[in-house]
Amino acid sequence: MISPALLKEFQSLLGKDNVMDSEADRHAYSYDAAVLDAVVPELVLKPTNSEQLGRTVALCNENGLPMTVRGAGTNLSGGTIPTKEHGIVILTNGLNKILEINEQDLYAVVEPGVVTAKFAAEVAKRGLFYPPDPGSQAVSTLGGNVAENAGGLRGLKYGVTKDYVMGVNFWNVEGEYVKSGGKTVKCVTGLNIAQLMVGSEGTLGVYDQIILKLVPPPVASKAMLAEYDDINKASETVAAIIANKIVPCTLEFLDNATIRYVEDFTKAGLPCDAAAILLIEVDGGHQALVDDDAAKVVEICKKNGALQVQMAKDAAEKHKLWEARRNALPALARARPTTVLEDATVPRSQVPAMIKAINDIAEKYKLHIGTFGHAGDGNLHPTILTDRRDKAEFARVEQAIDEIFDVALKLDGTLSGEHGIGIAKAKWLEKETSKATILYSRQLKKAVDPKYLLNPGKIIGG
Amino acid sequence: MSADVHQLAKMLHELDDQLVGCMKCGLCQAVCPVFSETMREGDVARGKIALLENLAHEMISDAQGVQEKLNMCLLCGSCAANCPSGVKVLDIFLKARVIVNTYLGLPAAKKAIFKGLLTRPVVFNSLLDVASKFQGVFTKQASDIIGSSCARINAPIIGQRHFMPLAKKSLRKLEKPRNSRPGKGGYRVAFFPGCLVDKIYPHVGQAVLKALEHHEIGVYMPSGQACCGIPALSSGDKESFDTLVTTNLEIFEKENFDYLLTPCATCTATMHELWPLMSGNRTQTLQERIEAMSKKVMDVTQFMVDVVGIEMPEAGSGTKVTYHDPCHLKKSMGVSAQPRALVRSNARMELIEMAEPDRCCGCGGSFNLEHYNLSKDIGTIKRDHIVASGAAVVATACPACMLQISDMLSQHGDPVAVRHVMEIYAETL
Repeated sequence: MISPALLKEFQSLLGKDNVMDSEADRHAYSYDAAVLDAVVPELVLKPTNSEQLGRTVALCNENGLPMTVRGAGTNLSGGTIPTKEHGIVILTNGLNKILEINEQDLYAVVEPGVVTAKFAAEVAKRGLFYPPDPGSQAVSTLGGNVAENAGGLRGLKYGVTKDYVMGVNFWNVEGEYVKSGGKTVKCVTGLNIAQLMVGSEGTLGVYDQIILKLVPPPVASKAMLAEYDDINKASETVAAIIANKIVPCTLEFLDNATIRYVEDFTKAGLPCDAAAILLIEVDGGHQALVDDDAAKVVEICKKNGALQVQMAKDAAEKHKLWEARRNALPALARARPTTVLEDATVPRSQVPAMIKAINDIAEKYKLHIGTFGHAGDGNLHPTILTDRRDKAEFARVEQAIDEIFDVALKLDGTLSGEHGIGIAKAKWLEKETSKATILYSRQLKKAVDPKYLLNPGKIIGG
Repeated sequence: MSADVHQLAKMLHELDDQLVGCMKCGLCQAVCPVFSETMREGDVARGKIALLENLAHEMISDAQGVQEKLNMCLLCGSCAANCPSGVKVLDIFLKARVIVNTYLGLPAAKKAIFKGLLTRPVVFNSLLDVASKFQGVFTKQASDIIGSSCARINAPIIGQRHFMPLAKKSLRKLEKPRNSRPGKGGYRVAFFPGCLVDKIYPHVGQAVLKALEHHEIGVYMPSGQACCGIPALSSGDKESFDTLVTTNLEIFEKENFDYLLTPCATCTATMHELWPLMSGNRTQTLQERIEAMSKKVMDVTQFMVDVVGIEMPEAGSGTKVTYHDPCHLKKSMGVSAQPRALVRSNARMELIEMAEPDRCCGCGGSFNLEHYNLSKDIGTIKRDHIVASGAAVVATACPACMLQISDMLSQHGDPVAVRHVMEIYAETL
């Protein structure tokens, strides 16, 4: 399909080094972080400037080649796995410049391949704050974050990626330049295409520049850890904190199974009989205010039945309190060869019902599941520990995932809080939405990408 | 798929249990020094593991292509130290290099060096003794602070390197073999200087001996020591590695001692971790002997601080010294406080930290020979951190790091001396 002439054209456009067609190179771009089968692309292309990116898209379109844009490849739903027939991977890591950080108008303009943590650090150097902090932020790219509408630990108070996207300029499938949004706080010019691009998983256009909102950072913070013998009490604590008009910047949760795995791994002396641990952090623009909130939170925890509440006195103690949460995924991931990390999300009041359902499902299918996550926004990470080489067990894993999603939807929740739909969850989409929703999405897709070349098969199938 | 590749795939299956632990999260991209330069997935641990899996499952047929990716690695262990799933990346890569190399064969030049030279310490040593006398013909001094040299004429192997010349007299020539009883120090140790200390930095070996004598530690330093084996193993030559391990084992088993000390982070990690790890093919008795010997291996800085104990002055002032963490000491052995304590033991020195002190220097042994430009790009970042710290001395605990850092500083004409922490400590005695 890719003729020698086309290969040459890509090479003269991008430079020989940026066109990878060797078997080994192509295999290295056949997967992402989702537990799915790899698909080997036919060609991997690495544009290093905006014009090259536009030309690359146009050439793929002219030649009918389906393209999957890839940042760091940390996707947990298969969104960066290329298409089966003649799939092309377009890398963004050659487009990794921060073009502008504007301290007066509180925005930044970036290329899609900028690494999230590096960007956040650059912003922090200028005394500003970019809050979205997905678990993969050390390597994930801002382009990927926008395409997946990535979340993170700070979602409850600071929102997620979509809340920071002011504009997206992108190449459409024909390689023409589309501008949307802008650098002003208010902007109602035209359709709100920028937000349509958020979470579109590469199916509607290829990002060239992203304009992101920045905010002033909090100046003070305080962290607390509370233990419970009953998951309902932890949940009531969460509800009571919110009802008291306190919005913690993080409100993390570990269930009993996760606590035991972490303790096994770290021997840090965690309470293995505790039903749940809450890790709560409050922050704000004034120390006295933060201290006040923290004292109130401790009181609320105790009133709602916490067995024990620890408050960190300084940065070192805060670091120590966070240790259990930091080690949640490492501890779970080490327990068995394969780690299936899900992100079913429910309204926060439904967290206890969801945890109970997950534990019942684990028992029913004889699986090990540890659940941790963001209790404040109901975004749970049921983590199934398995071995994908064990076919019988993995079949039970797939059934368990089906049931977890069923329960989440019954509890008025959603399939995915922050990992995206990709190919992993596309089949359940209609269950949460409706047939018309899928059709509407497909009509939209068909209108802007009639040949289905922009990351086909993702989100809405087809 | 040829029958041959099927054979290779079968051999790789022994790694399956380790490979499957990689959950493909990709976090190794954040810490891999090679990936930070090339930005290619095939150069980072996750990519290499995926390629090995696909080779093992016969989904890929280009074994050579996979081998090239496998060799594009400093074996610094940064990925393993930061892996959320605890995948033993170095174990996998070393075993995979052996397997793939057994299948594809060793390049002729390496075969000549490992099998003809390295495994025969007597021949190897005398050849380099002769070479040290003639090296001035081809090279000239480049920096008198660092003591480095560069090529006088266009010499392809040297290229643009500023390398440390072979010492006029190796440690073996300067210091006689020893076999002394312990004094007040109570302990008796065996001393394994390693090739680079013996041939390029004999004064580091002398500093160690001075410190051991000062503390009245009994020392067994036999003649006929062979290379620790890492150059052969990292090139996938298990046969030469095994020969070197056996040679050393036989020499050191002749005497009793409490610890086997080396001043080289790479030798320490190889003898402590890799000797037993790679002994699966040996007889049960030999495995047990290797295991017993490797348990005695300790880095000399750890011995000085944790076992002997050193006197600490009030906070030092004077020459500013910054410390570079060798990967094989910090990431492989978890030793990072002890060498810093040795710097602080010298009241005339003040320890200041550079940015990312545990960032790999980019040497990677033969990686430097095969991918010099990349090694230099990685080393330049280290050089920039050292210079930005404002230190007059960069100390470390691995002669291979010393070589690489000297090359980087000398090429930039930086007036920063490169020293082993044991030299700094020995000055106080």
